[in-house]
Amino acid sequence: MVGALVLFLLIVLAGTAGELCVSRAMKSVGEVNDFRPGAVAGVIFRAMRVGWMWAGILLMTLAFFSLLGVLSFENVSFVVPVSALSYLAGAAGGVIFLGEHVSLQRWIGILLVVVGVALVILGKR
Amino acid sequence: MKSRRPLHLKTILMILIMVIAGPLGNVLLAKGMKQVGKVAFWPPSGLLHVTLRVFRSTSVWLGVASLLTFFVANMMVLTWADYSYVLPAGSVAYAVIALLAYFMLGERVTLLHWIGIAIICVGVFTVGRTSPRTVDR
Repeated sequence: MVGALVLFLLIVLAGTAGELCVSRAMKSVGEVNDFRPGAVAGVIFRAMRVGWMWAGILLMTLAFFSLLGVLSFENVSFVVPVSALSYLAGAAGGVIFLGEHVSLQRWIGILLVVVGVALVILGKR
Repeated sequence: MKSRRPLHLKTILMILIMVIAGPLGNVLLAKGMKQVGKVAFWPPSGLLHVTLRVFRSTSVWLGVASLLTFFVANMMVLTWADYSYVLPAGSVAYAVIALLAYFMLGERVTLLHWIGIAIICVGVFTVGRTSPRTVDR
């Protein structure tokens, strides 16, 4: 039980932290407007030189292996909806680390996700 | 004026690939991991043994391939469609996961569970209808 809880926390927190790091790295690379293969390769190359990118990849890898671990003993129809809690973690992280402004409508959407996750957990037999 | 129909068709096709490949990938990962067996994190030698079995599982590799397909389709669609359009459209994936898990893995999905998934879909839909950029730069 404790093991499952730790793995779920890692999926949500490490996954979200990883995406925030990648997001921060990509914002420093700049907006992509040219989608020709050479230009995209250039963007990837520039991104790989940002430290935040590597931190993000490391955290997302940790989240992926945590997902594999939890799938070895929990139902996938339970695991994936519960990991939607990353919308909550993502909004909180976006506000705290990236200075994003989360609108009331977005908070309402996130609240609905949390209520849905609670029902999925309650509906587990 | 150029017709928007082909663009619309291309978007629907990509989103269809996303909502099938993403859930299919997760279900295949689950199938592979159930075959590998419950992961024990201690002792380290046991973890190493499980890791080797994970890398030898065909279902896990098929799952990774399916998730990569999802990832590429997602990246491609985002080059021409709004994130605020793609995100809510992708929320259907939560329902597809439950359906695939029921039919492919025989998982039991209760009524309360279905209601929870429906509310998550509505929640993601609501999030997706907000502005994708809130920071001026």
